[in-house]
Amino acid sequence: MADLTHSQALAREVAAEERPAAVRTWNPSDGMLAFLFTLPTMALLIAIGVFPLIWSLYLSFTRYSVAKNVAPVWIGLQNYQRVLGNEDIWAVFVTTAKYVVMAVGAEFLLGFGVALLLNRAFPGRGLLTTLLLLPMMLSPVIAASFWKLMYEPEWGALNFYIKDLGFRPIEWLANQKISLISLAIVDAWQWTPFMLLISLAGLSAVPRYLYEAAEVDQASGWFKFRHITLPMVWPLLLIALIFRTMDAVRVFEYPRIMTADAEATQTIATRLYHYAFPEFNTGLSTAFAYIVLVMIIAMTNIYVRYLVRATSR
Amino acid sequence: MYDSTSTRVLRGTLIGLGLLLAALFFLFPIYWLVLASFKTKAEVISPTPLHLGMFTPHLDNFRDIFGLSSGQTEAGTPREYLGRLINSIIIAGGSTVAAVLLGTLTAWAMARFRIPGKSDIMFYILSTRMLPPVVIIIPVFLMYTRLGLTQSHFGLALLYTTINLPFVVWMMKGFFDEIPHEYEDAAMLDGYPRLQAFFKVTLPNAWPGIAATAVFCLIVAWNEYTFAFILNSDPVAQTVPSFIASKSQTSAGINWGVIAAMSTVFVLPVFIFTFLVRNHLLRGVTFGAVRR
Repeated sequence: MADLTHSQALAREVAAEERPAAVRTWNPSDGMLAFLFTLPTMALLIAIGVFPLIWSLYLSFTRYSVAKNVAPVWIGLQNYQRVLGNEDIWAVFVTTAKYVVMAVGAEFLLGFGVALLLNRAFPGRGLLTTLLLLPMMLSPVIAASFWKLMYEPEWGALNFYIKDLGFRPIEWLANQKISLISLAIVDAWQWTPFMLLISLAGLSAVPRYLYEAAEVDQASGWFKFRHITLPMVWPLLLIALIFRTMDAVRVFEYPRIMTADAEATQTIATRLYHYAFPEFNTGLSTAFAYIVLVMIIAMTNIYVRYLVRATSR
Repeated sequence: MYDSTSTRVLRGTLIGLGLLLAALFFLFPIYWLVLASFKTKAEVISPTPLHLGMFTPHLDNFRDIFGLSSGQTEAGTPREYLGRLINSIIIAGGSTVAAVLLGTLTAWAMARFRIPGKSDIMFYILSTRMLPPVVIIIPVFLMYTRLGLTQSHFGLALLYTTINLPFVVWMMKGFFDEIPHEYEDAAMLDGYPRLQAFFKVTLPNAWPGIAATAVFCLIVAWNEYTFAFILNSDPVAQTVPSFIASKSQTSAGINWGVIAAMSTVFVLPVFIFTFLVRNHLLRGVTFGAVRR
């Protein structure tokens, strides 16, 4: 096996994939198998994940537009200076941060709250849980169109019931002061189920005997929650929180579809999209993308380290 | 344990009320959109919300989107939607098969063999998944334009394969870790070579895991919007999410009944799949990190 050259092995592997019968006559070493089975995955991840990133790093130092047939011109750090010196960009960061805090905050409270309610035996619990989890399995596009229908100011169901209760109707998406909150509500609708699912897993893992011991000591409900439930569930909740934060930072579909990226709901992703595509400002947009990427990598590092520790338990 | 009956009744009522409110919040939008797909244009925008039983449901919207009505309808040209649905099936299906095939082999290698720098490789595989789409879309767009991969089924399917690969590797490694490697060792003692031991012993035990993983890949590819919207805007390979998005963005005179029908048809398979994998949901959303 050791004298088998690489190309021979590759040719044999191709043959093996085409004709399963060939597997019977082909007995590669463990090392060869590990190499062959890992190679295509790594090649694809490098070709479509890493290579474009390196290319765009180069473009971020150039003046370049895909729309024009002109070669990139090296301009050093100018794109980065323009992005960081642009007040609009900082406004976009602030808008995104507000959105993330509102959406993830609501998801955390609602998700954990509903999980506490569901954390007991009652008929129909399994079905109810699955139904409550449905929103997170849907396309954000569909979620956006669900809510656009609900938010309709003239005849939308939401405003009808608000008027019914004696309040004034709300311009959910047109009012600049409210539209970001409206989008955060959609985010909360779609992703609270994620928090719920993880919270339920955490709650079901808390050993019963801890509560029984606390009851023997006549501990209050709050004491049990504060000193047993919360500390036991917290590590899992933290994973969920980080996961959700990283996802919410990149929100694109809701503002794109529901408010057509109006100023008040311009997020990092929609701003980036506008630089890159309708305006075809390729050099500038790649610089902006790199700044975002560095931020995301910093956040990812914290997250993955946590995840790896959780899996290697 | 020490609560009186009345406190227990009160608490039960409050819990029931809370769950009812939660169910209302999470399920009302779904109910409302599905209902709208059975309404006429006028019924959808009725000033009084029309619930089940307050109007006569009809199937015209569904007939329109599948091109079964004669002549031009508000759903656009006949079969316009059907074409997008077929594109979605080809792209999501193709990418799922490719991702599960490649990822399962890698996961098995990662679970069974000593590989130098294995944890670094696993870390690298996962980190590619964490890249936000908007960051990699620009270079991918440039590369795809040069290679002629935009506006094609293959290009988008290739991208979705890459997006789903890290997920498959992590999920399947979790499942393979749970299948005792002694099974494989025993088969090899019986004279089977390693690869055959994998196909004959390990793989049959891994089918439930593979099926669950495939369903998650399918849902991700089925639902994806950002890449589809930027890379495949032409009808030839446009998928349903970007089609529905473009339809619901037109400001004046949207026919919500038609959009609702398109959405309902589109989410139906997702509902079914969600029920099929309901016991694996936790694993699926955490990359196999959290198991019950």
